[in-house]
This record gives sequence, structure tokens and C-alpha cells, in this order.
Amino acid sequence: MHNEATRSLSTSASFQMNPPPVITAENLTKSYGELTAVDGISFEVPAGESFGLLGPNGAGKSTTMKMIGGVSQRTSGKLSIMGLDPETHGPEVRAHLGVVPQQDNLDEELKVRENLIVYGRYFGLPLSYLRPKADELLEFAQLTDKAKSRVDALSGGMKRRLTIARSLINEPKVLLLDEPTTGLDPQARHILWDRLFRLKEQGVTLILTTHYMDEAEQLCDRLIVVDKGRIMAEGSPASLIREYSTREVLELRFGSERNATIGAELEGIGERVETLPDRVLIYAHDGESALEQVSARRLRPLTSLVRRSSLEDVFLRLTGRSLVD
Amino acid sequence: MSALAEGQTGPRSATDAARERTFGPLYSRNALAVVSRGLMAAKSSTWLILVSGFFEPVLYLVSMGVGLGPIVGNVAGPGGQEISYAAYIAPALLAVSAMNGAIYDSTWNVFFKMNFAKLYQGMLYTSLGPLDVAIGEIFLALLRGLLYATGFTAVMAVMGLITTPWAILVIPASVVIAFGFASIGMGITSFMKTFQQMDWINFFMLPMFLFSATFYPLSVYPQYIQWLIQAMPLWHGVELLRQISIGSFSPATAVHVAYYLVMIALGIMLTTGRLRKLFLK
Repeated sequence: MHNEATRSLSTSASFQMNPPPVITAENLTKSYGELTAVDGISFEVPAGESFGLLGPNGAGKSTTMKMIGGVSQRTSGKLSIMGLDPETHGPEVRAHLGVVPQQDNLDEELKVRENLIVYGRYFGLPLSYLRPKADELLEFAQLTDKAKSRVDALSGGMKRRLTIARSLINEPKVLLLDEPTTGLDPQARHILWDRLFRLKEQGVTLILTTHYMDEAEQLCDRLIVVDKGRIMAEGSPASLIREYSTREVLELRFGSERNATIGAELEGIGERVETLPDRVLIYAHDGESALEQVSARRLRPLTSLVRRSSLEDVFLRLTGRSLVD
Repeated sequence: MSALAEGQTGPRSATDAARERTFGPLYSRNALAVVSRGLMAAKSSTWLILVSGFFEPVLYLVSMGVGLGPIVGNVAGPGGQEISYAAYIAPALLAVSAMNGAIYDSTWNVFFKMNFAKLYQGMLYTSLGPLDVAIGEIFLALLRGLLYATGFTAVMAVMGLITTPWAILVIPASVVIAFGFASIGMGITSFMKTFQQMDWINFFMLPMFLFSATFYPLSVYPQYIQWLIQAMPLWHGVELLRQISIGSFSPATAVHVAYYLVMIALGIMLTTGRLRKLFLK
């Protein structure tokens, strides 16, 4: 029945050059007893977009991902993945998805290449397809020389790349990445970002959660900022920064004793002053001229730094808290 | 069929074909993938663990049958037929062997995969449903039960304890017994959270092994103990195999088989329900 609906929807939509969304969430809510982890969020993700959920730990990002994957049942609201409800069509929805969970759950009883083959079998794929595909993915994940290694002999970055390679075995249309680079060193993160960027170029829809603003800026076309299960803002990284922050930020450190009281003395410089326990942020269009005004008031910070605004500032503005504690 | 698959032209790819299979909400007809994963993992696991469960009943048969047998002499088998003590306890120990194989795989192995290896969590993020996982894992336990039963039957033959062609049927009957224990065992394991709780399984298994008319007839017990034993699954397995081993059937044979069929059905329902509750919450 739903096939008919999907077909007519896609035909009419292609006329408007506007493909139907791959994911539609309406008032999505998940409660665990008293606790509401996801509190009525709505969003749409068109095909081929790289969509991010940015928020601190416990914001409800992973829960949302689990509901999209159909491994967590929503409390209320509507959710549709490629026209299907993941709650009633779990295996069918997941046939289209690739999932990279927050914690690697590779099969430690199997070798590296076997992990890819066996995972592909779970999708009902034939060995004639899986054998060359597994080699191709090992190449993609730069793990070809580890094909016969044991999984527990891999480094953290290699395991992560293997998990991503595994998630691609069924050529998913949508890839769910739950904090893909948490716990990796900078070099390993950059390798991963490069791989994800290539997937995006191939037209794979990426849904990723992160609490790293640089990751969101690098990878996301559009994102929602989530806090306490609610959407605080939505847009492209650049438009969010434009809307909620100034072009530049002046960071001043006066030492932990003075930081708290200095705010009043900085009043009037830049567009907004934010006092944090360890530093004071002055939001201004021109950071250098703000710094000159600070000097003119004979205030002598221990250190000063002018930088571009980032999503971190957007988050701070929206919630009054930092992303990473 | 999906909107995306529809839009594509040219020959259907393997991934599209895999997506266009018929899926149920709990089952995607792919338990075989779970079985082949288990076999691949078994390749690299230690064979010592596999054989240890097999030797336990063999050692009992040798020590009791060969050692104690001459002292006991002949005993009355099913239908009142006189048989040697070794021939009396051998089918009972075969039932124990099938039970051990199935229980080992469906409890300790499943406990580890569920709580530490996070294997099922990974499986259920694919297009496998919980019923695929349950059937696949139970089948693997059965395979172990079949291996143990075949080995033990061979030992019986070598010891000259097989006297009728009917006895070959003890092998499929052992698989039925293993099936019952494996499906219930996996369901029960899904409730276990700690190693201490897992010890309760042994606490239940050992007395069942010793007292289910394994080494002596049920008639030694007072009536109410007999009823208790008769409610336990192992007693039905012991009686079933004992009857088959000498080709002496009665209406009770059907009752024993029926007991296991019900046990299998309940076990699969319990296991699937639990997997769903644990991993698709």
C-alpha cells in the first residue's frame, strides 16, 4: 500500500525538481518514565544532504538516531524514513541504512575482512557481491593490509574506519553516524572526515551527531542545535553563526579572580559580553578594534585572542552553556 | 520496493535485490546469516570447550556402566524388559548430553554475546529481525546438541549397548530435546544480568541431571516427588530416549514428544519477545 503512495509522491515531486525528504520527523518524542530524552522535535532531511545534530552529551541526539534506525520505539510523534515507518518496518527500513554506532560493536570473534562479509550476509547479500565489495571497502578504509588481522589488534582509529566500512557494505542511501570521531586523535579524525566527505560527494545522505563544532562545520550542510531534547536553532553552520553571533570574537583572560567582576568594566565594547569562569568573550564585528577599546580603558588582560565566531558561540548564545564541558 | 530503487534504471544491483525481499516486522527470512556467522566464529574458537561438554556424560557412562554395572546386574527397562545397567543409563546420559550441548550454547555463549560482545545489538541494526537472530542462535545450539548426541551414540555402539535398529532414532530425538532446552535456555538467559545469576542455571541443572530417573527408576520416590520430576523437561527426554533405545513404544512416547514441542514453541516465543524488548525498545 505504502509503495503506491511513495511512487505517486516521487513522481509529483520530481516535477517540482524537489525530491521528497528521505527523513521526516514530526513532533518526535521519547520518554523514559519521568525523563523526556527527546521532546517534540521536527525536521526534514532531503536526499543527498549532510545533516547534523549538534548538542552536548545527554541532549537526545543518540536517542533520535536510534529511533531513525528503528531500534528504539518513539513515545509519540511521526517518523518516516524513505516513506516507511521504522517502528513497523524495522528490517525493511534498516535495509536502506548504514549505521555507525557511538561505540564500535565489531565482531571480535571474526577477522577484519570476515566482519565485512558476515555483516553483508545479515542484509541478505550474496557472496558473489560481498567478496569484491569487502576488498573495495577495505581499500576505502585503508585497511587492506589488515584484512586477516584480529579485530582486537586494531587501533581505535582503525576500528572506527572498519565500523564505517562495515556500515557501507549494503551501499546505504542514508548513513547514520553517532559521534563518529569521539575519542580519536586529530590525525585519525582528519582521515575520517576525508572519507565521509567522499561519501557525501557520492550522494549518500549523511546524518551525524556530534558535540564537536569543528566537525559540524566541516561536514554538515545544515544542522539542528539540540539541547535537553529540544531544537534550539536550525540552519547551515554559516547562517547560524550569522544569525546568533557576530563575525569575530575577542577572548580575554584576566585570571580566575578578576574574570567574574570585569564584565561590568567591559560594558559597551562590542555587541555583547559573555563572562565565563575562565575567560571573557566579547562579540564584535571587528575584534581588533574591540581590543583597542579594552586597552584604552586601561584594562590589562593576561592573554587576548581574536578569532572568527564558531558554532560553539552559537551554542553558548542559545543555551548559556558550553558544548564540551 | 522503495522510492529510490524505483528511480534507478539498468540491471538490478545485488543491493537492490536484497532490499526488495519480503520483510516482516520481526523476521526477514535470513536466520541462515546468523548461523553462518556462528560457524565462522567457531572456526577460530577453541575446540577444547566444544569437546569438554561431550566427555562429561561419556565419563559417567564408563564409570557407572562399567564400574557399577556388574554390581547392579540387570534391571527392568521400559515395558519390563530386562537390560544391563549400562544399557539402562546410556540413553539417559545421551539426553543429558543433548541438554548440555544446547544449554551451554544458549546460556553462557548467548550471555556473553548479549552483554559483552554486543553482537545482537549490531545484528539488529541490519535488516535482520529479532526472530532471525533467535532462530539462528538456537539452531547453532542444536548443532552442538547433534554433535554431542552423534558422538555419544557412537560410544554406545562401541560399548555394545545398541541392540535394535530403532536405536538410530535416538539421534533425531536428541535434537528435539536439544531444541527444547536451547529455545528456553536463550529466553531465560536474556533475563540474566550478572555472572552470579548465571550460576542459578547450574544450580537448577545439576539436581535435574542427578534425579530425573537418570540412574534409577522413578518408582524409588514418593508420589509427590515423582510428580515434581515428571514436570521437569529432562525426565521426559530420559524416558523418550530409553524407550527408543530398545524399541519399546507406548502412548507415553507421544506425551514426551509433545512436551518438547510445547517447550520449543514457548521458548521461541519467549526468546523473540525478549530480544525485541531488549534491543528494539
